Amino acid sequence: MIEFLSTALCTSCNRCVSACPTEVFRASPDGPPEIARQGECQTCFMCELYCPADALYVAPDADQILGLSESEISAKGLLGGYRKAVGWTKGAEEVRFQDLSYKIFERF
Amino acid sequence: MTTVANSIRTGARARETLSTDVLILGGGPAGTWAAVEAARQGVGVVLVDKGFCGTSGAAAPSGNGVWYVADEPTARESAKASREALGGFLQDRAWMDAVLDQTWSNVNLLADWNYPFPRDEDGKQRRGSLQGPEYLRLMRRQVLAAGARILDHSPALELLVDGDGAVAGARGYSRVRETDWEVRAKAVVVATGGCAFLSRALGCNVLTGDGYLMAGELGAELSGMEFSNAYGISPVFSSVTKTAFYRWATFFDHRGEELEGASGHHRSKIAKALLEGAVYAQLDQAPEDLHASLRAAQPNFFLPFDRVGIDPFRQRFQVTLRLEGTVRGTGGLRLVDRSCATTVPGLFAAGDAASREPICGGFTGGGSHNAAWALSTGAWSGRSAALHALSSPARSGAATGGSEHRESRKGLVWTADAVIKAVQGEVFPYDRNYFRSGPDLDGSLARLDNLWRNLAKPAPGEDPVRIHEARSMLATARWMYTSALSRTESRGMHKRTDFPALDPNQQHHLVARGVDSIELSSRSAARAYPRELLEKAAA
Repeated sequence: MIEFLSTALCTSCNRCVSACPTEVFRASPDGPPEIARQGECQTCFMCELYCPADALYVAPDADQILGLSESEISAKGLLGGYRKAVGWTKGAEEVRFQDLSYKIFERF
Repeated sequence: MTTVANSIRTGARARETLSTDVLILGGGPAGTWAAVEAARQGVGVVLVDKGFCGTSGAAAPSGNGVWYVADEPTARESAKASREALGGFLQDRAWMDAVLDQTWSNVNLLADWNYPFPRDEDGKQRRGSLQGPEYLRLMRRQVLAAGARILDHSPALELLVDGDGAVAGARGYSRVRETDWEVRAKAVVVATGGCAFLSRALGCNVLTGDGYLMAGELGAELSGMEFSNAYGISPVFSSVTKTAFYRWATFFDHRGEELEGASGHHRSKIAKALLEGAVYAQLDQAPEDLHASLRAAQPNFFLPFDRVGIDPFRQRFQVTLRLEGTVRGTGGLRLVDRSCATTVPGLFAAGDAASREPICGGFTGGGSHNAAWALSTGAWSGRSAALHALSSPARSGAATGGSEHRESRKGLVWTADAVIKAVQGEVFPYDRNYFRSGPDLDGSLARLDNLWRNLAKPAPGEDPVRIHEARSMLATARWMYTSALSRTESRGMHKRTDFPALDPNQQHHLVARGVDSIELSSRSAARAYPRELLEKAAA
């Protein structure tokens, strides 16, 4: 589930507010959006892909909020990892063309 | 009571009203293809999504294999034959041919739209897989480029009907904008997906059977609702229900002993072991040379492992089965033909909202056939809805909501969360839904029917969207178990412990109709499979 939004990294673009299919975020008139409905997070990781600042962290646990701290996750280098893995980070675009599913289907 | 509630609502909240030719409910693969195809016919199109068109639903966060097979006789024949036994011989080959053709042309269209397909060593594009985030982002752009209007964060709560019983649009509520919305239309496509009962399976929490209830209230038929007990494997610490890679897993019970015969394909053994205790898995049979390709094919499969610091190839991790209901089941609204019409005039259905029995029978996995079904029925329903709108006279007169009856009965003041919990208690347990039996289904159904009969007015201040989800899940569970009780055999994913074999005399589809009282009827399967084949399957 969504663990935190880094107010230090957030640019208040509110893309997460739009992109979240379960409406977890709420736009704020001045400053970063708030995590208004944390319990509604379905752990789909889509907000991370749409965040241009890598300011969001979704822990894989779908059933409970763990209370992870930004400094801990940031120190582990986990912020923005998924966006990079799908090639949506600047400089990583070639990854978008590297879906190797066909190699796996050949072995099914 | 409804009138009062409505007038209070309209008094308290703003209402947006729109008028168009074709209204599409749902912005996943089926809804977006429907919007593109409808707009191409030159009609006005509005697409409303419960969440955000581009991220909502089961496909968007996932890697999706596609049933993309070249028009080559041997390949097509084996594609059609490959799952007939698994699906319980309920498929229709004419539908399969049409879906294979449409899928081929739609996927090639994606290439024309610059979907980033990979190229193999020979420089040839490989088009059999679609990465959800890329695919749905592209589809959103195509919907807008085609001239359709998108309303995000606009869940539909009821369909509208005119005096002749034809569909006239829909109403809903946007939590984000805090407004009621109403879209009047000459034709409506229901592409709201299946129902996974808020199990937190990947991308599935917006899929609560909303469209089944709205269409069912207008008298639309549902077919194959007994094929609704798909469960996906996920690590216990994760939402990622991607089962394909577990073909390379070894499973262990709570004593650490290997579960003989358990695999991604044989989940019954896992479900049985989970009834006794924890189950663990390790992808120790994945060939070393494939590890990097596996990562590149499904980045989200590895995301949970990387984040908790587990190497799934070398370490054991605890797994569970999450209910994916009709998302990976095959039941849904019955399409009367390949126009994707339902039995209600002006109402069409596509994707997981529609029964996939024509191509899957009573079983399906993830992606593949489901992806092909969504993009084919999406395109057909959009085209049909546009043609219907073009041939319909201009609307006049009032339209009424399909949900008028909802609060008319006497009974309990209820909360959505309590109803949701009660429904989950009947449909989540493996010993009730994965393995079904007459007495247990009977007991569940009695409790669910009783709950439905007693739903009167929701408690004041309840979220209208959550209320609708609770009602839809309850209605879906009742259609499921009514059908499951009636199918006194095991076929496809429907497993009856009291009737463990396929019965060649039940070579039919079960069709459910009605919301307050459910009528069941049967329709013969399209294809007459040789009796000896069915008897062999039964043995």
